[in-house]
Formats: sequence, C-alpha cells, structure tokens
Amino acid sequence: MTSASKSPWILHYNASSCNGCDIEILAALTPVYDVERFGIINTGNPAHTDIFLVTGGVNEQNKVVLKNLYDQIPEPKVVVAVGICASSGGVFRDCYNISGGVDTIIPVDVYVPGCSVRPEALIEGIVKALGILEQKRAAMEERK
Amino acid sequence: MNVLLSIIVAIAFVLIAPLLGGLFMGCDRVLTARMQSRVGPPILQPFYDVAKLWHKEKAFNNPVETIFTTAYLVLMVLSGVMFTTGGNILLMVFALALAHTFLILAAYAANAPFSHIGAERELISVMITEPVLILIAAGFYMVSGSFQVIDLFIVDGSGIILLPGIFVALCFVILLRLRKSPYDISTSEHAHQELVKGVTTSFSGRNLAKVEIAHWFELVILVSLAILFFTHLLVFSAIMIIVCFTLLLIIDNVFPRVTWKMTMKSIWLITLFLGVLNLVLLGIFGVLL
Repeated sequence: MTSASKSPWILHYNASSCNGCDIEILAALTPVYDVERFGIINTGNPAHTDIFLVTGGVNEQNKVVLKNLYDQIPEPKVVVAVGICASSGGVFRDCYNISGGVDTIIPVDVYVPGCSVRPEALIEGIVKALGILEQKRAAMEERK
Repeated sequence: MNVLLSIIVAIAFVLIAPLLGGLFMGCDRVLTARMQSRVGPPILQPFYDVAKLWHKEKAFNNPVETIFTTAYLVLMVLSGVMFTTGGNILLMVFALALAHTFLILAAYAANAPFSHIGAERELISVMITEPVLILIAAGFYMVSGSFQVIDLFIVDGSGIILLPGIFVALCFVILLRLRKSPYDISTSEHAHQELVKGVTTSFSGRNLAKVEIAHWFELVILVSLAILFFTHLLVFSAIMIIVCFTLLLIIDNVFPRVTWKMTMKSIWLITLFLGVLNLVLLGIFGVLL
C-alpha cells in the first residue's frame, strides 16, 4: 500500500441526480461513518482530486461540465459512478435528455448501484477504487 | 556562533522542522476529529498527503507556478535558517513577507477566480501581520538591545514578564498564519466550502506539496518565535505550547470564518493596542528598572 491509497481526496459532482445519493455521500463524511479515518477528504476541487464521485444519469446540460471536470483532474485518477442512475441511467435511461450513465461520457472504474446507494456500499466502492488507484499509479511509474 | 556550528544547526533545522510541522498538523487533524466525536485520520496523515501529491501528474495552469511555489518554500526555509542560526530577526520577518509574496504571485498566475480571491485575501493577511511582526521585533529590541536572535536567547526568561502584550499579539498572528477559523480567509480550511481552497485552488501535485511543506516550516518558525519568550524556562514553554495549541483547536472548532474586514479590525485592535501599550509601558518603566 503506497501513499496513493492512504490519502484519497474526492471530488463529488451531481450530474442531474435527485440528491438521494448526494445525501448518502455526505452521510459517509459524518461521525457515524467518518471516512476521514482512511485519509479521505471531500475537496470540491478537480486540481486536488484522486477519486471522482459522480451521481445522476448525466443530461445534455451537464455532460460538458462532467467532461471538463474529468480532464482537469491530474493522473492517477479513478471515477466512481455512484447510484444506479450514474451506473446505467436507471429509470431515466430512455429519457430524451439523459445520456444513460456516466460511462457514456467519461471512463468509469467502479460502479456502485443502489437507489439511493447505501453509505456502506459507497465505502466499499471507494475501497475498490483505492485498489485501482494503486494499479494506475504503478502503471504511471512504469511509463516514466 | 561560529560558521561550522551554524551550518550544522541550519541542516538540522531543514531536516527536523518539516517532521515537527507535519506531526503538529497530524495531531491537529486527530484532535479536531475527536472534538467532533469522530475517529479521525492516522497521525501521520499529512505526510501521506504530501507523498501522494509528490507522485501526482504534473499539471499547471501556468508554468511559472512551479518557480513561485519553489521560491515560497525556499524563502520560508531561509527565514527559518536565519532564526535558528541566531540571525537578524528583522531580516527573518522580511524573508517571511517575501515568501508570502511569492505564494500570492503563484496564485495570481493561475487564471482562476477562486485563486485570485485567495491571493487578494492572502495579501490582506500579510498586510495585517507585518506591523505586528515588526512590533514583536521592536519589543525584543527593547528588552535585549539587539535584533540578533542569538542575543535574545541569552535574555533569561524575562521575555514573557516584560512583553506579555507582545506575546498575545504573536498568538493572534499564529492563528491568522495557520489559516485557521475564524481567520481562514485566504484559504478555506475545508475544501468543499465557498472559497474552494482559495490561494491553493489552482495548485496540484508537487506545487501543492511544496506549499504544504512551506506551511509546516512556517508553523515551526512561528512556534519557535513564541519559545523566545520563554528561554531558560523550557519546561514551562513546552506546557505553554500545549495549552496554546489546545486553545487554538478549540477556537478553530467553535468559531465560523469571519470576513476579511472583521479579521483586520479584530486583529489590529487587539494586537496593536496590547503591543503598543506594552512597548509604551516598557519605555516608561524600563528606565526605572
């Protein structure tokens, strides 16, 4: 385990979610779950981010914003699709304005389904993301 | 102090100061978490953060960021070296101000609104702290008759007795410089707030790591400046540091962030009043002593 997975800073973006999953993400930061135990900080700033949490099915309005945020995050980075809407579009999948999941716009590494997602599932998803972050960093070191 | 000893002390400072600063920050995060009935991160978390940032991709808004953040770190180290080798306290204060100037330039170099707001407010906080730091230097001069830190070490623990007002002023400077609530105006302490990260918003990877390390150095410099008030009373000074640190954490957790105007008013009112009063009284009664 290197420093990459000991200090994952997250960025949370709501791509037209109903706020259900967003509340659960914030719940994970409260004393009950306290993800800062693992060094996790909610940054709100793509320049400082390692793990990108996206909720919602992504509509026409915010897919540009989503792509822009993704491009601003320095490598190594991991994208986690939080909730069923972010994973596949959920019940909104066939709506005219919905892209149908985050992976239609940017590459996604971890899918955490649920409506809304439970904090335990979310933490499990982030722990999976940490493993991928490690691999990406190792691959980055090799390329050098 | 001879040259060889100065070099050894300087090297020791460069190696030990970031360790102490990082540990201090780690304790801060753990204790803050405990105050909010959370478990909190490991005590070494600040070191993990910096190590991670060091291995991130190099990404800039503007390539001069690297030069400016490096200058910030180097000047901060230089200021600390001046202090620990017993150099001139005025020169040290100016080096600190110059270091902050480079941080401000780095933040202005990025074409980002939050970064610019942070830079403006950092400029304000430098403006607020400079007169107070000069006042501290003047206070030491009145006690020891010299601006050399080495001569201040020799003053036998009379710092706190003769300069209590100046000491309180320094505590306020530390609160502002640590960018802690209620004075975290230039960079919001928690990143998901309305300022994002203020002055450090646009930095990433190594540049952010350098700013973080410079911050540790600054912490150690300011704390050692506080220790100057307690020379020859080292046990007492250790107790004072722990008390001040706990008080600082409580203040940080209890108060919300104030506006920059409020910051300026409150800090200047308290520090300039207490500091100047202290110097005037020392001037009047110093003759009698």
